[in-house]
Amino acid sequence: MSFLEACGIAGTRGTGAAEDVNWSVFWSQQRRAGVLDWANWPLYIDTQNGGDHPSIDEFTKRTGITVSYRPVIQDNAPFFAQISPVLQAGQSIGYDLIVMTDGWELTQLIQNRWLIPLDQSRMPNFHRYAGVTARSPSFDPGNRYSVAWQSGLTGIAYDPRMTGREITSVKDLWAPAFKGKVGMMSDDTELGAVGMLALGIADQTKSTPDDWNRAADLLKRQRDDGLVRQYYDQSYIKALEDGDTWITQAWSGDVFQANYSGFPHLKFVVPKEGVMLWHDNCVIPLHAQHPVDAMEWINFYYQPPIEAMIEDWVNYLCPVPAAKRLISTRIDDPGVADSPLVFPPPTTRRRFRKYYDFKGIEDHQEYTSIFDPIIQS
Amino acid sequence: MSAQVARLRRWSAPYLLSLPGGAWLAIFFVVPLVAILSVSLMTGNPVDGFTLTWHFSVYPDVISQYSTQFGRSFLYGAASTAIALVVMYPVAYWIAFRGGRHKSTLLFLVLLPFFVSFVIRILAWQFILADQGIVLGTLKDLHLVPSGVHVLSTPWAVIAGLTYDALPFMALPLYVSLENIDRAHVEAAADLYANPFQRFLRVILPLSAPGIYAGILLVAITNIGDYVSAAILGGPSTTMIGNIIQTQYVQNANYPVASALALILMVALLIGMYLYGRAFGTRTLQGYAR
Repeated sequence: MSFLEACGIAGTRGTGAAEDVNWSVFWSQQRRAGVLDWANWPLYIDTQNGGDHPSIDEFTKRTGITVSYRPVIQDNAPFFAQISPVLQAGQSIGYDLIVMTDGWELTQLIQNRWLIPLDQSRMPNFHRYAGVTARSPSFDPGNRYSVAWQSGLTGIAYDPRMTGREITSVKDLWAPAFKGKVGMMSDDTELGAVGMLALGIADQTKSTPDDWNRAADLLKRQRDDGLVRQYYDQSYIKALEDGDTWITQAWSGDVFQANYSGFPHLKFVVPKEGVMLWHDNCVIPLHAQHPVDAMEWINFYYQPPIEAMIEDWVNYLCPVPAAKRLISTRIDDPGVADSPLVFPPPTTRRRFRKYYDFKGIEDHQEYTSIFDPIIQS
Repeated sequence: MSAQVARLRRWSAPYLLSLPGGAWLAIFFVVPLVAILSVSLMTGNPVDGFTLTWHFSVYPDVISQYSTQFGRSFLYGAASTAIALVVMYPVAYWIAFRGGRHKSTLLFLVLLPFFVSFVIRILAWQFILADQGIVLGTLKDLHLVPSGVHVLSTPWAVIAGLTYDALPFMALPLYVSLENIDRAHVEAAADLYANPFQRFLRVILPLSAPGIYAGILLVAITNIGDYVSAAILGGPSTTMIGNIIQTQYVQNANYPVASALALILMVALLIGMYLYGRAFGTRTLQGYAR
């Protein structure tokens, strides 16, 4: 029994991270290794037939750094669950660069001091070319630990042939006419955010548990009234394509790609109440073996010609506005260059809303305890 | 002296032979089980860590919080097991008694879906059963079903997915027990003027009882704990206990609640299987045959 009592489960706070590292000294001691191990999400970089990535090839050609590119991240929480015991043990996770969405897992990486602060002197292209949406986000002031790989919007997608009318408001997700044909997201952050948009809460970063409860009531009513077809993960887009849903919460890039792959009629709207703006961010985990090579890649992809190559394939919200002109002239793809979802004009940008940033574990647990029972009933 | 050694050898042989299997069970079953038990009694959170506080009230708490999902899991599990039994018994019977030299081929066909990942097969059903998919879309175009009808996101879709996955598991033990029936018994029943229905009810069915028993055990246990079918084919109110455990463990890192739920599920299954064994154990059924 004493054996059992001795073996609790260590927390992540204050484990695996060294106290008071002088990061400028750290960076001055690092040398380029010629290797980069990078974990990203699937289908999230320019790809040619044969699985070749032209932007990475160009990087290797110019810098001599070989990139081991692994699209292994399927979702933030499971990936965090995989890497956290390793980081807790103070070991390298085998990647120099990982891509994490702003949210509870990224917040934990920052709060646990499990990330190497970026060497700002090695990323002049970011400081020169990054757009306003990518600069100094609320979850990482001053881009101390992260820079956006891609950004994106969570708005509404719909099939006009089925809805029979134009969709302009978040409240259309509650329209009785679409009973049983509404797709909602199973991610509690996304679900809570759209509930708060429907309540008209303008600044969710300042939202309180009281707001969360009111949003949850609204969402519960939506479910109990039979409006919700299902709480979807990434499969929401297939449900919309298949006609299982007529209107759904959606990520901008997916709808864009669906438009080019046999579903040109599907529409993405930026609702009048606002649209959620998220970032998938490049961060360097603690104990990365080749941090200088990671910085070189960050600096490399923030060049407009390189970002244009990537963006013309990925079609999410581009962190480098200057890539717009290059996609239009050099690549000659006005469909991407003129898209308000890839290069949003100021009118769209005014509707961008930020997610609530979790302050700590109690905060996060309160949030999930409010929204999880709606998704899993 | 040598006789003593021989006796010692004879005495120790079974223990030594069962040592590898026993060690395997001890390391990979007993130790994790004790670990799960201790984790379930901890309190804390993933950031500050969990400590063992003998927090027994987690058990009544999660039972009351998730009783709906527990009940639903057992309901879906029982329904899918029953359907699989009714569907696969004639198939197994036909292969065993009428398969002739094609038995192996026919069995192979039953097992063929196994060669494709379960998740992929369930995803294929999602495609087939879509509201405007090849089945419902066609029926709706022919005005054979109203346009509002859907199968996905209903309990029926989840039960169908569970049943579908269970079919080979059910067929194999049924086939083995039916195949093992001594045909002379069936012929003897015929000689004693039992009609085909009586021969089936009084001879074949009781003699295949071990297969039915094993098939139900195999299928019910896996289906009650399943979460893939509900996640892919289900709707807003078809969450099974497996989905809750998965979310609590992976998404929320709430290890005590996930462990408590897993243990409750296991104990409930053990009790259920014990009662099932007592009530319908193979001996009872075979006794009925005599």
